Formats: sequence, C-alpha cells, structure tokens
Amino acid sequence: MQALDVLLKGRNLARLLQGLWVTLSLSLAAIALSVALGLLVGMLMTMKNRAIRAFCRLWLETIRIVPQLVLLFLVYFGMAKAFDIQLSGEASAVIVFTFWGAGEMGDLVRGAVQSIPRHQTESANALGLTRGQVYRYVIIPQTVRRLIPQAINLATRMIKTTSLIMLIGVVEVLKVAQQIIDNARYDALQAAVGIYGVVFFLYFIVCWPISLAAGRLEKKWA
Amino acid sequence: MKRFVKMIVFALILTLTAAVFTSALADSKARSLDDIKAAGELVIGVFSDKKPFGYVDENGEYQGYDVYLAKRLAEDLGVTLKLVPVDAPNRVEYLTSAKVDIILANFTVTPERAEVIDFALPYMKVALGVVSPDSALITDVAQLAGKQLIVSKGTTAETYFTANHPEVKLQKYDTYTETFNALLDGRGDALSTDNTEVLAWAIENPGFTVGIESLGSLDTIAPAVQKGNESVLAYINEEIVKLADEQFFHADYEATLKDVYGDAVNPDNLVVEGGVID
Repeated sequence: MQALDVLLKGRNLARLLQGLWVTLSLSLAAIALSVALGLLVGMLMTMKNRAIRAFCRLWLETIRIVPQLVLLFLVYFGMAKAFDIQLSGEASAVIVFTFWGAGEMGDLVRGAVQSIPRHQTESANALGLTRGQVYRYVIIPQTVRRLIPQAINLATRMIKTTSLIMLIGVVEVLKVAQQIIDNARYDALQAAVGIYGVVFFLYFIVCWPISLAAGRLEKKWA
Repeated sequence: MKRFVKMIVFALILTLTAAVFTSALADSKARSLDDIKAAGELVIGVFSDKKPFGYVDENGEYQGYDVYLAKRLAEDLGVTLKLVPVDAPNRVEYLTSAKVDIILANFTVTPERAEVIDFALPYMKVALGVVSPDSALITDVAQLAGKQLIVSKGTTAETYFTANHPEVKLQKYDTYTETFNALLDGRGDALSTDNTEVLAWAIENPGFTVGIESLGSLDTIAPAVQKGNESVLAYINEEIVKLADEQFFHADYEATLKDVYGDAVNPDNLVVEGGVID
C-alpha cells in the first residue's frame, strides 16, 4: 500500500504523531480551561442581573455567529495590528478555543441548572438546607449528570475544529499529513486517501475513549 | 417579530464593530535589518506543501527553490533562519501583522498586492497554466465556459479568471494539496495555477496534460516585505543583484527544480538572475 510506504519513509510517522500531540495538547488545554471557566460563566448566566446576562448573551451570540477561523485570524493577526501584541499561533489557538468553549460550556451549564425543577430548591429550603447546601447536595450532582453528554460533544467538536489552526501557522496533525502528501505527490500519487485514512483513525482513537469514558460516567452516576 | 428585528440589529452592530476593528488597523511595525541582526534570527514565511518551491521532506526539513534562497539570505546576513509555514490566502497578513520579516512563498507580483506590501527584485517568472484530464483535454479558454475550474484561494489564477473570464465557474480551495486532490477526484473539469506548478504536476501524473501552457500576462515572482520596510528590502535587492555573479538561481534550479521538470523545460524560461527580465 502506497500510503504505508510513504508513512514509513524517513521521520514521517514520527512527525505525524508529533502533529497529533500538538493537536491534543492544545485542545486538551483549551478544554480544561473551558470547563473550569464554563462552570463559572454558567453560574453568571443564571443570575438575575440584567447587565451580566446581556454581556453573556453578547458573548454567546458572538461565538455562535462568527466562524472559528475568523476568530483565529482576529486574535493571531488582529491583536498584532491593533495592539502590537505578537501572540504565537499556539497561544492564539488556546485563547480562541477557550473563548468559544467557555461560552458554549457556560450555556450548557445554564441549561442544566435551569432544567432542575424549582420545587427541588424550594423543598430543600423547606428542609432547612442553606443556599450552599442546596447547590452541594441537590443542584450540582444532577446538573453534572445532565451536562456530560453535551460537554463531551463540545469537547470532541473542539478537538476536530483544531484542524483550522494550520491556517495560523501551527503545524498540527492534518497539516503534517498535507505536507507528507505533498512531498510524495510526484512519486506516490495514490497515497493521499490512505494518509487521510490514517488521520481519520488518529482522530478516532483520540475521541473514542472520551466518548467511552463519558458513557461509563453517565451510567455510574445515573 | 420584535425579537427578529432585535436580532438583526444585534447582528448588524456586531458586523460593524468587527469591520471597523479590522479595517482601521495600521500595519504592526516590522523589524528593521538592525533589529533582525540584533535578534540573531531571520524569520521567513515559506510554503510547506508546495513542492518543489517550498515543502517539508520526509525528514521534516524544509526544502525547495524558495527555501534555497531563504537559507542563503540568512547565511549572508550571519543570522540563524526560522521558517514559518504559510498558506496562499494569508501570505499578505503575515507581513502586515509583522509575523514574519520576509515572505518567500512563490509570491507573484501583482499591482493589487504591491499596494499593501513591497516586492523586492524578482527571482522567477511565470504565467498561468491549465491542466486537465486527457479524456477531456482543455486546450483553449473558450472551452472552459460553464465548466468547473479548480483554483486555490488568494492566487493569481483566482484573480485572473474572476476578472477576465466570469463565464468560468470557479471551485476554490484553501490549500494547494486540496486543489490537486480535487482534480484527481474529478470534482472539477480542470485546474489552473502557475504554469510551473501545473507542468511539474502533469509530468508526474499520467492521464493529465497541460492543455494551456501560458495564459494571462507573464508574471514575476519576488520576495516580499512589509510596506515601507526599507532596510530589509534593500538588503534583499543587494543580495539578488550580487548573486547574479555566481548564477545563484541557476544553481538553485539545478538543486531543486531540475528533478521535477527534467529536460522538458529550459531553465532560462523560469529563472531570473539579478532581477533582470529580458
């Protein structure tokens, strides 16, 4: 098979795995930050304060309307032009993906918190639980369980979307694959499909365990 | 209805803010030649997936006609070289935002580009070429009317066909790899980009022929720097003039392009020495 020959040539396989590591480390950093910030943002979103809610709304609509690629360009090139701040491609990627992830995660948290029927809070209050205890024993455990499927969906989407960061100069797994295909395009013409197949497999083995673990957790906590 | 209006207004405000934010921006200040010497590192943007001009070999090393020059520019300046991978659509942005000092990415000189960035002396010349499958070979632009032509975004081919042949349907892709894959998959009827590129590709891809070898005006390819970066521009120009003595670009051709074009192409048709076009 041509793709295999090409991959085993020189340091190609090692480079592809290095690219995968770039993809993984950047997306995991962004996901971790998004979850942490998202929980906070979610709490803010459930607040009654109009200004805070308007701000959150603006944030959420921005990340939903503006394509991620535009956000990446705005941060990577725009920051340099507007404020003379030279961010590396990697830093820009984490910033944009966290901005996106935290906003979406916040909205998921808001939805999950609000989906807990109000009478549960009221009953808990009637039993004499303090505000903190209500959250600790009643709302948060149920919220987290409801949150998991959607949060996993968001996480895998973020991992896959990192393929865009090649356009701000970060050599991640897909870019390495393209470089390998291009380097072989004169002597191994049919390698492209096979190499993309390998990339598909790499994304799969990264995302599949996450879904699997989520399924386990959901069952365990149900 | 009220909600709908509110959303429209909101979207408008957002768009306007973004537009003002991006368009009003001046260039981020580029490094001068002295800055580069002081830092001990020259940063050059090259293609990483456009063999034989700029690509990464199986050992992870940058190679190609453009890279050969990049290495020499850093060497003669006595600094180390840092290569940054760029793609066709974002080459200008890399300069205006001062992410790189020089772009050496098979950059065709056009009046539109010359308004926003400065080109040094040319080191290569090209025209457009059109490659198509032998089974439905396109030998004249007229045959392209209503057909799907594959181009890469931000290239001269895109500009040329948009301006001169609106009857041709363009199928645009972000990267070079994608465009050639699209032609191989039969997603379009033909592909157009610089003739150097399609000639090299057709030699290696049986079943495809360059039916139109030279289209549009003869273009030159030159290094580019940020608008107004005089010191770096002057350095590149001096180098290009100086290197003519040793026929540097012919050596570059021998080292990087000859394998690809074989004897089918006369190097003097592509290579420019000392920035002089005859």
